[in-house]
Amino acid sequence: MSSKAELSSKATVSLPSVVPRNYGLWSEAWERLLRNRAAVVGGVLLLLITLLVIFGPWLSPFDHVIPDWDRAGQPPDAESSHWFGTDAIGRDLFVRTLMGGRVSLLVGILATLVSLIIGVAYGAVAGYFGGKLDNTMMRVVDVLYAMPFMFFVILLMVVFERNIFLVFVAIGAVNWLDMARIVRGQTLSLKNKEYVQAAQAIGVPPKQIILRHIVPNLIGVVIVYATLTVPQVILVESFLSFLGLGVQEPMTSWGALVNEGAQEMETAPWALVFPAVFLALTLFSLNFLGDGLRDALDPKDHY
Amino acid sequence: MIAYALRRLLGAIPTLLMLITLAFFMIRLSPGGPFDNERTLPPEIEANLNARYHLDEPLAMQYARYLGNVLRFDFGPSFQYKDWTVNELISSGFPVSATLGLLAMALALVVGLSAGTYAALRQNSWIDYGVMTIAMTGISIPTFVVAPLLILVVALSLGWLPAGGWDWTPARMVMPVVTLALPLIAYISRLMRASLIEVLHSNFIRTARAKGLSERQVIFRHALKPAALPVISFLGPAIASVLTGSVVVERIFTVPGLGSHFVQGALNRDYTLVLGVVVFYGMLIIVLNFLVDLIYAWLDPRIRYDRRWS
Repeated sequence: MSSKAELSSKATVSLPSVVPRNYGLWSEAWERLLRNRAAVVGGVLLLLITLLVIFGPWLSPFDHVIPDWDRAGQPPDAESSHWFGTDAIGRDLFVRTLMGGRVSLLVGILATLVSLIIGVAYGAVAGYFGGKLDNTMMRVVDVLYAMPFMFFVILLMVVFERNIFLVFVAIGAVNWLDMARIVRGQTLSLKNKEYVQAAQAIGVPPKQIILRHIVPNLIGVVIVYATLTVPQVILVESFLSFLGLGVQEPMTSWGALVNEGAQEMETAPWALVFPAVFLALTLFSLNFLGDGLRDALDPKDHY
Repeated sequence: MIAYALRRLLGAIPTLLMLITLAFFMIRLSPGGPFDNERTLPPEIEANLNARYHLDEPLAMQYARYLGNVLRFDFGPSFQYKDWTVNELISSGFPVSATLGLLAMALALVVGLSAGTYAALRQNSWIDYGVMTIAMTGISIPTFVVAPLLILVVALSLGWLPAGGWDWTPARMVMPVVTLALPLIAYISRLMRASLIEVLHSNFIRTARAKGLSERQVIFRHALKPAALPVISFLGPAIASVLTGSVVVERIFTVPGLGSHFVQGALNRDYTLVLGVVVFYGMLIIVLNFLVDLIYAWLDPRIRYDRRWS
């Protein structure tokens, strides 16, 4: 009994008064999520990786940019504090892996935010106004859907200077289609709810109805799909960096590190293994967490 | 059926136009021209070059010209490989990429469908959990991590296969094909498992069982076909994924396919080559998606009448 009270109070603390009506939904979803072992493991792992990426670089005496030619290509070794070894020009790989993680995670989160803002706005407007506007807007989405997304991102990278900020704006700007479709579907059912009709009846302008009544109720689906978008974006970023089109030196990301490591894997396998393990673990836990959240927040769609 | 096919075909036209337009203007609005990378040319020569490639005309003119050429499947000359046209580069690279892609698709379908079916029939057993964990691993480990690891283990440590290069022999195809197929196997087995579990709970399967059919007949005659539908509709994205995957795989295994031309073009700022490959890939995806939709409509009559966005 006491644990239940504790759980629901936690749920309300983390989501203050945004969805007061759905109080029951959130605490139930939280319990369902905790029962999903894979999702819990994913969540904990993700938290640990995030903390390590944020605070880890300060634990090491080394810098991620300055090369140390005397120690080039050194294998992992606790005594010299090069826990993950060094790369071909003697930079500490522990620090570089974590700095690369900062870039990868940041790009993942920011690009997801961009795609989330565009997708939610687009989907909510199309779904709320319906009719001809909806038809045209969704037709545009259909057309964009058929585009070779990856090649457009590469094209964008070729056209603009290789700027890390443009990378995620570009990825976010082409990655909002799923979000728009899902949000539109959800909005279609929300706009027939009594509270929306009540708002319409007392003459609240559409913009305010969308912002105050539609968007807050979309939080569930949006969280789920954002969690599943982050690993996709991280993957795209590392793909670009791997090809040499993403992050540029001396900045780095997991994809760029895997690329460097792959070139010398015969002599220095550690340079490939550590960034690859971090990248794979992050994607793994995000996917499991996303799946778990979907099951928890959307019990209809269980498979 | 024919009406449906026509409607879908008409729908592909704006997509294609948009594709060409977006790609063309993105490339043309980029800072810097194709000839000002390295040394500065004398103005007369640059003017000649610009005239040769019609770069002196107004942008709208160039766009119309490019559109016309693309419709006649002429992608123009390459800016970096002086003696090559983009068409020649595409026709030298595409057969290689297509062979790898088709083999990878076939492998992925065979392994993915069987693994998914097997897992679904033993739902919640340790085999099921094992298959699904492996599948999640397959989704989470990117191609460009799998490929170097494969080279490290299979080629360098064990020495079973050559590490890279290309000569149309099976020995050189195995690793690229397996690398391309792995993420697809993962997706297909997950899809197949989920949809077969759903189908096995449906009413017509209960009817089939109630008729006294053997479990084998229930599964092979009634359950598998509808369960495979989501996999069919995944084939469109799968094709796109194989094409993108081939960019990385060809680079790592040094295969002279279209993907490696594309990356090389992108790194060299070979605008016509990059533009040509994007348009070519886009057309390919659109055509293949169209075929996938037709197969889907043929398998599932419900889809033909009215397909709106759900």
